[in-house]
Amino acid sequence: MKILIVDDEKDVEMLFRQKFRKELRNNEIQLDFAFSGEEALEVLGSENPPSVVYVFSDINMPGMTGLELLEKIKSKYPNILVSMISAYGDSDNYNKAINSGAKGFFTKPIDFENLKTEISQLIKQKEG
Amino acid sequence: MKEDLEEQIEKLKQLLLDKSELLDQSQKEVQLFKEQVIKNEKLASLGMLSAGIAHEIKNPLNFINNFSELSIEFLQEIEDILKGLEKTEAIEDIEAILNDLKYNLDKIQQNGQRVNRIVTSMLLQSRGNNGVFEPTDINQLIKEYVNLAFHGMRASKSPINVKIEFDLSEDIGLIPLKQEDFSRVILNLCNNAFDAMRENNNISQGGNREPVLKISTRKKDNIVIIAVEDNGQGISEDIKDKILQPFFTTKKGTQGTGLGLSISSDIVSAHQGTINIESKEGFFTKFIIKIPVS
Ligand SMILES: [Mg+2]
Repeated sequence: MKILIVDDEKDVEMLFRQKFRKELRNNEIQLDFAFSGEEALEVLGSENPPSVVYVFSDINMPGMTGLELLEKIKSKYPNILVSMISAYGDSDNYNKAINSGAKGFFTKPIDFENLKTEISQLIKQKEG
Repeated sequence: MKEDLEEQIEKLKQLLLDKSELLDQSQKEVQLFKEQVIKNEKLASLGMLSAGIAHEIKNPLNFINNFSELSIEFLQEIEDILKGLEKTEAIEDIEAILNDLKYNLDKIQQNGQRVNRIVTSMLLQSRGNNGVFEPTDINQLIKEYVNLAFHGMRASKSPINVKIEFDLSEDIGLIPLKQEDFSRVILNLCNNAFDAMRENNNISQGGNREPVLKISTRKKDNIVIIAVEDNGQGISEDIKDKILQPFFTTKKGTQGTGLGLSISSDIVSAHQGTINIESKEGFFTKFIIKIPVS
C-alpha cells in the first residue's frame, strides 16, 4: 500500500521513515514524499492510474496550499484518500478540509499513535 | 446703559470661557479615545501576530517531540541488544552513558510537550470571539465547573482535601454568558485556589488549617457578583496588579503557563465585566467578578 506524504519541510521524510520503520521493513506500506503541492501532483501524474492510495498533506506550504492540493486530487482522482496534517488545527481549516472531501485531519505535533491507527485500519480493510 | 453693556460682555466672556473649557475637555477625551484606539489596534495586531507565531512554533515542535521520542525508542533497542552481550567494563560504561542520554532525551520531550501546552493555550486565548451569548443559569454552571475542577484536582498527582462551601443567591435568574468561555474562568479560578491552598498546606505543615473554597453569587443593582475565595497562601501586595498579565506566574517550574488568569480576565472583559482581587498574604485570596446585566 503506497502512501504519499506532502510537506514543505524535508525533515518529515526521515521522521516518517523512522516512525514507520517496522511497517516499511515488513513491506506493509511504501512511503513516497513530495515537498510541494505541485510536486505531489507530478508524482501522482507519473503513473496511470497512480499506485498511491493515501495522501497525507501539510496545509501551509509555499505555492499550492494543502487545501488546494486536496481539491485537485479529489477532482482528478476521487478514489485516492486524502488527510491533512497541519499546525493550524482551527475549526476554519478543519471545516474547509472536511467539506472538500478530506478523510481526516491531524494536528502538529503529530501524534503518530493516531496516524498508525488510521493506516493500520486501512491495511486491514485492504486485506479483508 | 454702559453698565448694562459691561454686564452683557462679562456674561458673554463667561459663556465663552465655559465653552472653551468644554471644548478643552472634549479635546482631551478625543485624545484619550485616540490613544485607546491605537492601543487596541496594537493589541489586535499583536494578537494576530502571536497567533501566527504560535502556529508556526508547532512545526519545529513536531520535529523536537517526535525525533526525541524516536531516539528514546532507539536507545531502548540498543539497551536490549547490550543485555544479550557478555558484561564487560566497556559495556557497563556504554550503558551508563546511554542512561544519561535517555534522561536527556526525556527532558527534551517533557519540555517539548510543555511548549505545546503553552502554545495551545495561547491559541485558545487569541481565538476568542467565537462563542455565543446564551441565557445561562450561572449558579448551575458554577456548581458544575467547581465540581469538575475539584475532581480534576483530586485525580491529579497532588490532591488535597478541600471543603467547598456554596452560597449562591436564588434571585439571579438567567444571564447572557458565553458558556464555554465563562466555564473556563471558573475552572481557572478554582485551580488557582487549589494550588494556593496546597502551597499553604506545605508552608504551614502542622498548621492544621482546613482548606476551604467559598463560592458565592449575588445580584445587586443589575450587577451579578461572583466571588471565589480560598484560605490559601494569599497574594503579596507587590504582585497583585501583575497577576492578571499574560505569562505572569508564581507557580514553580513547569506547572503554570501564566496564561490562566490573563485568559480569565479577557473573558470577563468580553462580558463587559471586571475582576478584582482582595487578598491577605498567608490568609486568603478572593477573586470578585462583576458582570453587568440589564
Ligand atoms: Mg508547512
